Amino acid sequence: MKKTSMTSLERVLTTLNHKEPDRVPLFLLTTMHGAKELGLSVKTYFSKAENVVEGQLRLLKKYRNDCVSPFFYASLEVEAWGAEVIYRDDGPPNSGAPFLSDSQKIRTLEVPSVRLSPCLSKMLKAIRMLKDKVQDKVPIIGVVMSPFSLPVMQMGFDKYIELMYDHPHLFERLMKINEEFCVQWANAQLEAGATAICYFDPVSSTTLIPRYMYISAGFGFEIAKRTLARINGPTATHLASGRCLPIVDDLIKTGTAAIGVSCMESLASIKGICKGKVSILGNLNGIEMARWTSEYAENIVKESIAKAAKGGGYILSDNHGEIPFQVPEKILLAISEAVHKWGRYPLDWIEDYEK
Amino acid sequence: MANIEEIIKKFEYALLSVDRLAARDTLVESGKDFEETDVPDKIITPALERIGEKWKNGDAALSQVYMSGIICEELLSTLLPQKDLSQENFPPMAIVTFEDYHVLGKRIVLSILRAGGFTISDYGAGIQVDKLVEKIQKDNIKILLISTLMFPSALHIRDVREKLENLGLDVKIIVGGAPFRFDDMLWKNVGADAMGRTAADAVRLTRKMMEEIS
Repeated sequence: MKKTSMTSLERVLTTLNHKEPDRVPLFLLTTMHGAKELGLSVKTYFSKAENVVEGQLRLLKKYRNDCVSPFFYASLEVEAWGAEVIYRDDGPPNSGAPFLSDSQKIRTLEVPSVRLSPCLSKMLKAIRMLKDKVQDKVPIIGVVMSPFSLPVMQMGFDKYIELMYDHPHLFERLMKINEEFCVQWANAQLEAGATAICYFDPVSSTTLIPRYMYISAGFGFEIAKRTLARINGPTATHLASGRCLPIVDDLIKTGTAAIGVSCMESLASIKGICKGKVSILGNLNGIEMARWTSEYAENIVKESIAKAAKGGGYILSDNHGEIPFQVPEKILLAISEAVHKWGRYPLDWIEDYEK
Repeated sequence: MANIEEIIKKFEYALLSVDRLAARDTLVESGKDFEETDVPDKIITPALERIGEKWKNGDAALSQVYMSGIICEELLSTLLPQKDLSQENFPPMAIVTFEDYHVLGKRIVLSILRAGGFTISDYGAGIQVDKLVEKIQKDNIKILLISTLMFPSALHIRDVREKLENLGLDVKIIVGGAPFRFDDMLWKNVGADAMGRTAADAVRLTRKMMEEIS
């Protein structure tokens, strides 16, 4: 018998098992908003694990969220490789000029130590502290960049595309190095207490490379299959707002438990393919969200639930995996309120809505 | 005589397959039926425009768009005579990757603009508001193309516009990049004159702006 009230973790696990929990789980992936909560600059906020933990706990409560995110920012990983990180007051820290602008440097590149990296250690500390606070009630979502997508920050996307097409040996070596790093980094997060790992892999999206390339030997599909198998916990693959429809069946074969999908594709079509096989995470438009009204937020949440939530296998979230700093609190509250109002199972209202 | 439509299709297919030899052979063969000087306008640009459209509709990937531009640049420099630009009357134009280092979008647009024979200054990447405005003023830029990946950077284009206006500089701003594809209203909100979804859009809009200021 379905419980009338579940913890966030129970809710998420139930939906991942393609069953209907008490309500649609909500992953509001707010990272920088924690700085707002604490009245700190983005740079100061991310300087200490304690700040991120406090920020995440406040956001969890405020938005009645169903996960906490120890994710600091995407360029944290390349920081561990020695890259420059540029902070700004109104957005996520960004990676500076690529440190592998000369692809020949790949020949001597080595895997950085996860344990000895101050920036990665900071995130591991945040995970341990969050685990201590939320125990097994709320999932802690760790994050890694896929070996196949990390080079966008390591060498710049233009140089990386040229590497893929024109320098197969260097490409292969870079993938091998990145894979080792990715597995170590993911497993360190799981050991610290992360419940699952979000495997960010935008380059595998058909927005960025064609499917024939994704499934070619040594490319995104094989890398994901191999890497996910070596990660000692459940994973979700996120394409960071890139299209996935032509490769959904391939993504399912990588062994991922969920896919983060784009607002540029039909949620209903994706659900049609994924139902009972893999869960869906998405697909609110984070950029547009900055100028939504509360009424619009409610409507779009309702529409998303109607398209994807029946039978479970759905987590409501944004389509990029990180909500922009500019999205106002009232819109995040409206999204949360709408999920709590319209996301209660059974979703009897959907039939009338569809009519 | 070969049908122009067939040649464009063949060339487009070679580009999408990132097949440099086939692309080169197609252009060499087309030389039997077309003047070399016509090749950029009649074959290369239409093929790149079609590939851009395919990307916009989800039928091609960005890696194919980028490599198509690179191949066309290579072919233009090795196979075809350099266009005599002395007769062209281009206003001062510049392109920049604004506030970050994700240069892919800018490189794609530059490729297709160069394929179309445009003369444009490349302001590089990672440039901030004040430095950009300073360069625009110094070079008397009339048309500025801004590529950006990050949402906050897109919002800062508003600051560029305001500073240009305060200096009394009339500059046409064309924007492009991920944030603008996810919000159709954003380009207006940041004070741009136009937004391009593809590199072909950038060419079309640049021509339009040139007409407006002439």
